[in-house]
Amino acid sequence: MEQRTSRREFLWAAGGVAAGVGLASVVVVRPARATPAAMQEAIRTVVGPARVNPGRVKVELPPLSENGHTVPLTVSVESPMTAADHVRAIHVFTELNPQPEVVSFRLGPRAGRARVATRIRLAHTQTVVAIGELSDGSFWSDSAAVVVTLAACLEEA
Amino acid sequence: MASALVNVPARARRGEIIEIKTLVSHAMETGYRRSQLGARIPRDIIRLFVCTYNGTEVFRAELHPAIAANPFIAFSTVATESGTIAFNWTGDNGFSATESAVIVVE
Repeated sequence: MEQRTSRREFLWAAGGVAAGVGLASVVVVRPARATPAAMQEAIRTVVGPARVNPGRVKVELPPLSENGHTVPLTVSVESPMTAADHVRAIHVFTELNPQPEVVSFRLGPRAGRARVATRIRLAHTQTVVAIGELSDGSFWSDSAAVVVTLAACLEEA
Repeated sequence: MASALVNVPARARRGEIIEIKTLVSHAMETGYRRSQLGARIPRDIIRLFVCTYNGTEVFRAELHPAIAANPFIAFSTVATESGTIAFNWTGDNGFSATESAVIVVE
């Protein structure tokens, strides 16, 4: 009996190894692409030791922006906006701009609705994070990824 | 001189949530750009926007260089009483601009 590896068996094995390597590299690469530390630090200075929960906040950004100099951004937070339960502030951060802070809106029960809009600059294709600070001291967040074709901050004056 | 545009409804029902849109003319120089000679262009931005309703602050925004030139800010407030809604922008190099709108609440 000959114990030769057939062509079919060899290809199966090779494919398995390649898939394994691919999977491993994805697993290894992911953490390196995680939210940069500078943004986390900026968020920490605003949030303090509190926990940031996902949800309740909605970030509206175009998925693709041809011009990073002016990207429309709308952030809304689900809240009844009463004196007892309202949104105190909405903070916006970016991952890869030279400075992670974008804007902080301070509102209160007199806003009636927790929804704000502005236009921001984006230096790269990246993720924008918004954090809603509620009157009960809890923090909620949402993020949106934007592809930027023409980056802001690079040109000369 | 800086010019500002605000959009506030002229009339509103009491308790109605009104949307306010503001636009102010400002270059919002980030401080990260360089001139063609390589010299860094110093930062010159609007740092703060405050909206007051008959003297009471109802909205405030702290801006950073990542806000686009000619900052546009839209927000909402509850029409509580007739009066004046005033807007103030302040920033680097002593920048200051004010605008106001009159609202009739019935």
